[in-house]
Amino acid sequence: MIPVIELRGIERTYSSGEVEVRAVRGVSLSIEPGEFVAIMGASGSGKSTMMNTLGCLDRPTGGTYLLDGIDVSKLNRDELADIRNRKIGFIFQGFNLLSRTSAIENVELPMLYSHKRLSARQLRAKGLAALGIVGLAERAGHHPNQLSGGQQQRVAIARALCNEPSLLLADEPTGNLDSQTSIEIMGVFQKLNEQGITIVMVTHELDIARYTKRNIIMRDGAVVSDVAVRERLTATEELRRLEEARHAVHLTT
Amino acid sequence: MKIRATFVMALRALRRNKMRTVLTMLGIIIGVAAVIAMVAIGNGATRQVEDQIASLGQNVVMVFAGSVNQAGVRAGSGNAGTLRIADAEAIAREIPDAVAVSPEVRTSAQIAAGNQNWFTGIQGESPDYFAIRNWPFEEGTSFTDQDVRSSNKVAVIGATIVRQLFENEEPLGKVIRVKGVPFTIVGVLHSKGFSIMGSDQDDVVIMPYTSCMKRLMGVTNIRTISIEAASPDKIDLVQDMVGDLLRQKHKITEDGDDDFMIHNQAEFTEKATAASRIMTILVVCIASVSLVVGGIGIMNIMLVSVTERTREIGIRMAVGAHGRDILLQFLIEAVSLSSMGGVIGIVLGIGASKLLTIFPPYWPTLVSPLSVALSFMFSACVGIFFGFYPAKKAAALDPIEALRYE
Repeated sequence: MIPVIELRGIERTYSSGEVEVRAVRGVSLSIEPGEFVAIMGASGSGKSTMMNTLGCLDRPTGGTYLLDGIDVSKLNRDELADIRNRKIGFIFQGFNLLSRTSAIENVELPMLYSHKRLSARQLRAKGLAALGIVGLAERAGHHPNQLSGGQQQRVAIARALCNEPSLLLADEPTGNLDSQTSIEIMGVFQKLNEQGITIVMVTHELDIARYTKRNIIMRDGAVVSDVAVRERLTATEELRRLEEARHAVHLTT
Repeated sequence: MKIRATFVMALRALRRNKMRTVLTMLGIIIGVAAVIAMVAIGNGATRQVEDQIASLGQNVVMVFAGSVNQAGVRAGSGNAGTLRIADAEAIAREIPDAVAVSPEVRTSAQIAAGNQNWFTGIQGESPDYFAIRNWPFEEGTSFTDQDVRSSNKVAVIGATIVRQLFENEEPLGKVIRVKGVPFTIVGVLHSKGFSIMGSDQDDVVIMPYTSCMKRLMGVTNIRTISIEAASPDKIDLVQDMVGDLLRQKHKITEDGDDDFMIHNQAEFTEKATAASRIMTILVVCIASVSLVVGGIGIMNIMLVSVTERTREIGIRMAVGAHGRDILLQFLIEAVSLSSMGGVIGIVLGIGASKLLTIFPPYWPTLVSPLSVALSFMFSACVGIFFGFYPAKKAAALDPIEALRYE
């Protein structure tokens, strides 16, 4: 099986003036289809740069990056845009939905830039299907400001899913959410992962990382730890426990 | 990316900021409306001048008594007394393409009929004059050649004279006294209205030139000779022949100064319309400046818009938009802005032109389809030109930077 991500000696050096900053220093790793990976690290550890590189938003200055078997480290701007469109679904900390644009139109956005020629009706159908997966089909016409944070992030997940990408990339997806909503979103990820979708997520929250299957820890631009998650949490279980705890509090007061 | 989807997107973006959109378009609207209205006014004025010159008669060549240099003293034109009846008769006799010839003298006098009186212009003409000026009669007829030969005391009057002296009266056959001389009215002219210079062309009494010269003015020279050429292409020929003939009759040598001047209709038209054309060009230039200013307004707002929507651009790029998709989106937005402004401007410009003709100052206007087409194209081009830089700036954004933009 071809790995979804294969990094060989990836380097990323920023040169601002005379100072050279080596944000990523020779990272090699591979992520197989169906994996659910959390990349962790303190700020300045190079995880954001890694994320940009993995997301084909940025090109490494050294090394080779194979995404789905394609060497993307030498592609130009437009080719990278096409790869992002076809192979990668992005989920951001700040949701990054277009304001004053309905949920369904936000979901349709990547399909507008797709090479596939879809009719307006096909767009709508695929958009609704993607919203259905995250359980928001009935809110298709709502604008982001009419949705809660968790719902907005679900719309963003639906947007990431609509082009059937090989990889979901989530950058601190729960960073702007309260703990219960965070668990709900992790539940969505776990469900998607069970259906075989590969997910890579950047987070600095240890408990959130425990919902994934594999944790990679970075420091100073290099991978310092890469382990499978033991005692993995499941979102449904955690939500049930939260509910019980709340119930118990309710009983005692 | 589909063009249509991009259009929908652009229009939606413009609708979101209605106030801003309208204000941005205002420059273009005013510019286009001004250009269209100004061209319409200019065309209307030119057309009016042309019509009025045509009403002076067609294929007309005019000979004016010129200035003459006598012992270093130069008399003003028309005062030289160099044109005589014999000149007019020679022209009529010797130039076959001069189909109608009328010697003219002018004076003004207090005229009276019954207990009414009125100060007006008196013209002495030949019967050909009414044919040359293409001037039909309301009633009665012209005086005759016999009247001219006998210096009969007959006259033709304009519509204004009828109004002033013969209110509710039948003027034909009545007598008007001019400087005490009684003239019998044989004809009433159809109203011609005001001339280009704003004088009332109907405020006139026309009589045989002989009568006017002998009985009223006591002169022997004439002021002007009006000549009608047989056809438009004969005008130049007639003009040349008249010149030669008069030089010969007046014994002017090769290197001597002419003591007369010849002008034709085309020259009048050209001179009269040249002024209004220059005025039109000038005003259109000023209006075009407002179009350019409008374009700069669009560029300004598009730059603001690109900055405001940096994050949106980042999102679009992250999900796969190419630089050219972004370029196209903003370019279409700019062009939509400017061409919508153009269309509104065209409607307003045409509306303003129509209003000017219906309400005071009742200017005649003529909306030229060319000016409409040109100003629409120009406004669209303004959008492309001034929208390109902001769109290019948007397209060149780095997706990572754009996504991080607050």
